[in-house]
Amino acid sequence: MLPVIAFYVLSATAVGAAFMVIAARNPVHSVMYLITTFFAAAGLFVLMGAEFLALLLIMVYVGAVAVLFMFVVMMLDVDFVEMKRGALQHAPMGIVVGGVLLTEMILVGAASLTQSDGGVKFPEDGTSNLEAIGNVLYTDYAFFFEGVGLVLLVAMIGAIVLTLRRRDGVKRQDIAKQIARTREGGVELVDVVSGEGIGS
Amino acid sequence: MVVFGIELSWLAVKLIQIGLFVTVLLVGLAFLLLMDRKIWAAVQMRRGPNVVGAFGLLQSFADFIKFVVKELIIPAGADKVLFILAPILTLVMAFGAWAVVPVAPGWVISNLNLGVLYWLAISSLGVYGIIIGGWASNSKYPFLGALRSSAQMVSYEVSIGFILITVLLLVGSLNMTDIVDAQAGGFWHWHIALLDFSNPKSLLLFPVMFYMFVLFFISALAETNRPPFDLAEAESELVAGYQVEYSSTAYLLFMIGEYLNIVLMCAMTTLLFLGGWHAPIDIGVQFVPPFFWFAIKLVFMFFMFSMVKAIVPRYRYDQLMRLGWKVFLPTSLVAVVLVSGYVVMFGHLAGGG
Repeated sequence: MLPVIAFYVLSATAVGAAFMVIAARNPVHSVMYLITTFFAAAGLFVLMGAEFLALLLIMVYVGAVAVLFMFVVMMLDVDFVEMKRGALQHAPMGIVVGGVLLTEMILVGAASLTQSDGGVKFPEDGTSNLEAIGNVLYTDYAFFFEGVGLVLLVAMIGAIVLTLRRRDGVKRQDIAKQIARTREGGVELVDVVSGEGIGS
Repeated sequence: MVVFGIELSWLAVKLIQIGLFVTVLLVGLAFLLLMDRKIWAAVQMRRGPNVVGAFGLLQSFADFIKFVVKELIIPAGADKVLFILAPILTLVMAFGAWAVVPVAPGWVISNLNLGVLYWLAISSLGVYGIIIGGWASNSKYPFLGALRSSAQMVSYEVSIGFILITVLLLVGSLNMTDIVDAQAGGFWHWHIALLDFSNPKSLLLFPVMFYMFVLFFISALAETNRPPFDLAEAESELVAGYQVEYSSTAYLLFMIGEYLNIVLMCAMTTLLFLGGWHAPIDIGVQFVPPFFWFAIKLVFMFFMFSMVKAIVPRYRYDQLMRLGWKVFLPTSLVAVVLVSGYVVMFGHLAGGG
């Protein structure tokens, strides 16, 4: 009984919050609703017995990705009138993307329903789902996993290369240089003759 | 009686446990706060709070009453809902993470198998209280403080994650109770000082794990916005950072949340590196309850936090980021490689004496 109630409450929250992400007028509120959606999704994962995935979702998406979203959104100075004007123009593209996603989801749902074992496979030999995920990622598909890692690394380096600007005339702290500085190199003692200063 | 598949007596027991835990935690926190101020005062050759109660023992409770009876001022132009939500969120997350902290054998609200991960997930949410509070205030200094602090917390979370992985690899479990039990049998089994001479190859781990402890301690300082990393509320630059506009109970909630996080970090250091509730030497001290050892280690860690606050000057922001990303992250990554190499070669560190 309780799992069923929990499922409906969580999925209703997820759908409602996901709707509010696009309906909210304030972008910061949108991010807050997005976080609510993540939480509801994590709750659904727990209901399915995938508590590792749930915690990972919260840790990675809510704890890091959404923080960055928040960061960007807070510092943006968005003109909403301008954005609303463009909305109609982008609507066909949005409908295409939404349609593709909807079709895919219906396909996956239908396929998993018609499958004899219900689609969700639990490890039978008593391994926790942490170990099960570890086996899949690091043993069965280790090379693909490392390949994905490399792709991410390339993406990261690409982002840095695109945004890194070398500016001249910027003073930078070189710690090794500071530490290597000695009294001989840094201080010059001058006997000043009264009334003449130290010259140049 | 069973309602919705839940045994009511079980629910009642859990609720009583939680109530007791929270009460003990809050009362303990009041005295830890006083201890913090007393230590700080002592370092600066002052008396510290000494008026309310004997030796100022009741100072925290007096402060509490004072905060509660003040007026809550919501700035004009502030986002009211989020402004109120932020301190509540901070406090709830700070309390929530305590659910998986075992304080003695079996004394834990929820003995989760993924306890460490749960703690990491909840503590990564703590940043929202700060960032929302800073933004919702609709003011410059809180906003700058919030931006600084969230960037800082996200950065140091990464190295904390890697440090946790080294401990988890050695223990082979994410359950907090298992982690503590793996350190049973004397201080030479604690992860801070792996000096078990009967098992010579484990000595290889000592320098790595000791370094991990130092890193964890410093990262904990940064993660909880404690000096020398309190750039979020650097009073010389940002007045008080994200909490400038907060007053009364809302400020109190922020402060309690912050201190709860600090004490939680002390508790985690105790559990992960200092052997939790295990006595330093197992012989002749069986009459001491395990909770005592946990509490004394926690208070010791809190003392260290206070001393750092009292004697260390504040970091500059770029130095903070350099330390996090260019020193802590690569070295903790190397430590993960070394420890996993050890585990592959020799297997998990055998716990128990």
